[in-house]
Amino acid sequence: MTLSRPITLSIAALGGQGGGVVSDWLIDVARRSGYLAQATSVPGVAQRTGATIYYLEFFPIAGLPADKRRPIFALMPNPGDVDVLIASEIMEAGRAMQRGLVTDRTTLIASSHRIYAIQEKSSLGDGRADATQVRELARRHAKRYIEFNMQALAEANGSVISAAMLGALCGSGALPFPVEHYVEAIRASGIEAASSTRAFEAARSAAGQPGDAPGAGTPAAGTPAAGTPGATSQPFPGSISSSFEQRILARVPAGAQATAREGVRRMIDYQDGAYASFYLDRLEAVIALESAPSSVFALTESVARGLALWMSFEDTIRVADLKIRAARAKRVIEEVRPSQGQLVQVTEFMKPRIEEICGTLPAGLGAWVLRSRAPRRWLNHLTGGRQITTSSIIGFLQLYWLAGLRRWRRKTLRYAEEQSRIERWLGIIARAAPENYSSAVEIAECQQLVKGYGETHERGCANFDAILADSADPRPGTGAAERIRRLRIAALADDEGIALSKALAATH
Amino acid sequence: MAERSFAREVQTLKLGAGEVFEGEAILAVTKALLQAGVSYVGGYQGAPVSHLMDVLADAREILDELGVHFESSASEAGAAAMLAASVNYPLRGAVTWKSTVGTNVASDALSNLASAGVQGGALMIVGEDYGEGASIMQERTHAFAMKSQMWLLDPRPDTAVIVDMVERGFELSEASETPVMLMLRIRACHMHGSFVAKDNVRARFGLQDALENPQRSAARIILPPATYAQEQDKVLNRWPAAVRFIIDNRLNEMHAGEMDDIGIVMQGGLYNTVLRSLEMMGLADVFGESRIPLYVLNVTYPLVPEEFRKFAAGKRALLIVEEGQPEYIEQSVNQFLRNADIQTKVVGKGPLPMAGEYTGAVVSGGIKSFLAQWAPQVLATRDSAGSAASNERPLLPLDELRKAVPLRPPGLCTGCPERPFFSAMKIVQKELGRVHVSADIGCHSFATLAPFNIGASIMGYGLGPASGAALSGGQGGKRSISIMGDGGFWHNGLTSGIGNSVFNRHDSVTVIVDNGYAAATGGQYIPSSRAEVKNRKGGNPIERAVRGVGVDWVRTVHTYKMQEGIDALREALTTAYKGPKVIIAEGECELNRKRRVAPVLKRMAQEGKRVVRQRFGIDPDVCTGDHSCIRLSGCPSLTIKPNPDPLRRDPVAYVDNSCVGCGVCGEVAHAAVLCPSFYRADVITNPSGWDRIKFLFRSYFIGILQRRFDRRLARIAQASP
Repeated sequence: MTLSRPITLSIAALGGQGGGVVSDWLIDVARRSGYLAQATSVPGVAQRTGATIYYLEFFPIAGLPADKRRPIFALMPNPGDVDVLIASEIMEAGRAMQRGLVTDRTTLIASSHRIYAIQEKSSLGDGRADATQVRELARRHAKRYIEFNMQALAEANGSVISAAMLGALCGSGALPFPVEHYVEAIRASGIEAASSTRAFEAARSAAGQPGDAPGAGTPAAGTPAAGTPGATSQPFPGSISSSFEQRILARVPAGAQATAREGVRRMIDYQDGAYASFYLDRLEAVIALESAPSSVFALTESVARGLALWMSFEDTIRVADLKIRAARAKRVIEEVRPSQGQLVQVTEFMKPRIEEICGTLPAGLGAWVLRSRAPRRWLNHLTGGRQITTSSIIGFLQLYWLAGLRRWRRKTLRYAEEQSRIERWLGIIARAAPENYSSAVEIAECQQLVKGYGETHERGCANFDAILADSADPRPGTGAAERIRRLRIAALADDEGIALSKALAATH
Repeated sequence: MAERSFAREVQTLKLGAGEVFEGEAILAVTKALLQAGVSYVGGYQGAPVSHLMDVLADAREILDELGVHFESSASEAGAAAMLAASVNYPLRGAVTWKSTVGTNVASDALSNLASAGVQGGALMIVGEDYGEGASIMQERTHAFAMKSQMWLLDPRPDTAVIVDMVERGFELSEASETPVMLMLRIRACHMHGSFVAKDNVRARFGLQDALENPQRSAARIILPPATYAQEQDKVLNRWPAAVRFIIDNRLNEMHAGEMDDIGIVMQGGLYNTVLRSLEMMGLADVFGESRIPLYVLNVTYPLVPEEFRKFAAGKRALLIVEEGQPEYIEQSVNQFLRNADIQTKVVGKGPLPMAGEYTGAVVSGGIKSFLAQWAPQVLATRDSAGSAASNERPLLPLDELRKAVPLRPPGLCTGCPERPFFSAMKIVQKELGRVHVSADIGCHSFATLAPFNIGASIMGYGLGPASGAALSGGQGGKRSISIMGDGGFWHNGLTSGIGNSVFNRHDSVTVIVDNGYAAATGGQYIPSSRAEVKNRKGGNPIERAVRGVGVDWVRTVHTYKMQEGIDALREALTTAYKGPKVIIAEGECELNRKRRVAPVLKRMAQEGKRVVRQRFGIDPDVCTGDHSCIRLSGCPSLTIKPNPDPLRRDPVAYVDNSCVGCGVCGEVAHAAVLCPSFYRADVITNPSGWDRIKFLFRSYFIGILQRRFDRRLARIAQASP
């Protein structure tokens, strides 16, 4: 073998993903294949969940000069000098590109799954970064780009991503080491050898397929590892009755029909058919505001969605209802994945405040209790942290009873409060739409601020009220809509209201 | 060290002559110490040198055999002071720490050691925490060497060279009666390489020999007039002796090259980077053959004027590749050459940046612009021959990438016991208003980052409370909080923080985060470690120490019980009691706990015993996607996933499979009154008979109710118009 320079390989991983294990395996693989190897890493602070880089160089012993000189290995990847780069997560491939490590000589291998960064996770709404651009740039700039979900593949084989990464490296064919040396290295390391080897083999064949490996570039890339439950077991009735269907087809603009259908399903699941009719009544009033002949029914679409969510507000009855269903119990089992012979017990974390308890009482009584001191003090004994074991009979019965209060829901204080909020919201929309359609749409969108429980819900309502107060009776022109949009984004910027009060203070 | 075993690494320390050592460079250094006949080793752990300490802590048997005393020093100052054994006796001693932070702490002892001079070789292995991956402020160890006249080795990153320099370092120290620092950068410490081992050596003059024959010399005492004589001795005798030794033993390396009218001088540690840059430009091969002459400084202090004059002879320009600032080497070279009236141009900072790590790209850029001025012909031929193809490729839109790729700041681990306490601090501040928080060094430093954003300053290890001294209150009104880890507490915080706050009548609140280990540096034992500590006496409670120095208001809380933490913080911030208030927040480091507990649980499960594993989950249909839980907890296993609800857009919170079941998310949901979507699943392995009966009965009964409930839902759906 004649090589004038080392083969260079960089591993871009996150702390705790086992990048060091891959590195150790590769050193062993290289040694078994007659190569000198050097590995370095920069763990340090990054070790704790940050981005880490491992760097390896290999040189064939057969290619050494006769004068006993040894290659001088570099200690860090150099832009333009990386033959293989494997990223344990798609955005880490982006970071490696940012560092200039991916060029036309680089075989780039990335796992398509996402591990969200803290800034993405902690957003009040949707703070997720989009991997599409990274993926496109990877295709364009690398010599070869291989992407598949190594995490899912590892999990499916009862292993961890490091084993799948080793398999991907082997399967890519970018390294000159025979497969048996990889397998021997895994075995020699003694790290869960059987499952590691399974994940290794699966990833090897995935990476070895011509073109993009399965899963590359598909929407699966944005979703958590396959086999993750949760996306399936929605408890909605499968279809809606023909009368609802006909009503939607006849009166709801085509673009909003799917949402309206979903809304009807939700209302039935939440309350009953009459409630679904109520939903459609309200929606149709908004449809009447659309000025024909417009093909864009932005207001209808926005209200169809927001109204359905708002009308299915999360009161204690709803929470209990969702927690006792058979589908939910099944979902928990899928998520926890007990093995043969293991038993699973489920405990809920509830902390009803006095507001929640009163919200479940008949409206008059609830309002009275909230106003009066003695009953309030008495009811306070019922508040506070509760751990309810729903897999026990007593725990289950508590929630079962609570869910059964559905038939009395229309009489509860919370119901009255929410309906009046909804009416107010719809009223403002109705007043705004003829004058300033785009403002009405923005007001409709503000529904997304009202979500969550307890203090979160209160904060959302307060923000919602503040924005509505600010934009009462918007004048024509685009400025008003733009302002509402800005306020809404500001309300979602932080949970202390700093951005919102700044935005509100800014003059019209 | 702690719960991780270094048994495999310890075996490599036993290798004999001719056997090949393979492993990390910092372990190669450890082996080299034993080969050099060291008599005592100390130090304070810290990346990137922790492993030296960790492995020796597990190598008691070998150390006993060789008569080597090893200890985990209380601090770097303690480690440096330990080298006093080499002042009066021909004993070789080595200590280690992370630099420059550790060298700062050690400086008191180091100055005195350097002044007194040594008889036996005194070697400091310092991990230069500079550049990518560094966790400290960016400074150079070089300055310490210069101010105290200690010699600084910066060997080129080759395991055999590093190992050799350990032995040469002891010899240099003895030849010049001066302590020597051997500096290794982060990557070099973690570099995996090999060398041919030698037998370990037992010192001929041992520690017991010193104890049996005590020696002293007035000339070695740090008091006038000896100190004046010592300073003269440094410059008149020790320094020249060191330069002589460096020349005679060819510690620095000169490589000739055909382009002999220019040359490159570099710190040894940067040799590989320089060589790869030259290789990529077609000016060298990977085996070290360079067209440009190279002068590799394996000793960066003292410099050898004679060698510089020799290297510069006949050259128009030299490029000095010197990482960090100020440019001490470049300044010295200018002085050497001007004093000798040699007109070679000295180029360094300019083409190369003054500050920041010298990565491959930085060094390549520097060399290119040096060549553009002094040897443009090599660049011209290279450009016309080379990169036409790569020019056609579109440039990466770096700005867009920067925006697209989220940052990943380090954070607390999954299950970290410090998390619930910082969540508690967040909740209490929400209630009582924001307070000034002095942070400290340790894992808890990460609380200064998202999502906690707690802490206004970091002044040094164990100095959290001291750094809050000026804001220690006493006038009534708001109080400040300072934070300190148990590692920092024993390092110096007991005196500089707690004792001081008693003595000076502070009215502040100090939180001591007690996770049982020096966790940030790899989980080493400390005096208060509760686990059984091999070869040392642990289990000395922090609370006793705190009360012992005079604190009356002390609350010990368990961090996983968040309400305890909230109550203690609230009380400390609002109580009428004036005086220092100390909250000890206990919770064992999860990484170490897992190492300790996981094998036990596994064994129990295999033996058929009942084992309960807990993990948390979130009901996606109950979660509304506000992510308050994430902002209050920041647990890596608490993440998000696309909302399965077609009507909702915001992603839902989701507990992934890395959950260790610490329960903090449930506590957070409770304490902050967040949301009822969390559930805990107890997975019972080897359930008892009673478990099974209960389970069957429950499943049967609940199943009936669930079917009834589903039928009711179906009825409602059918009853719809």
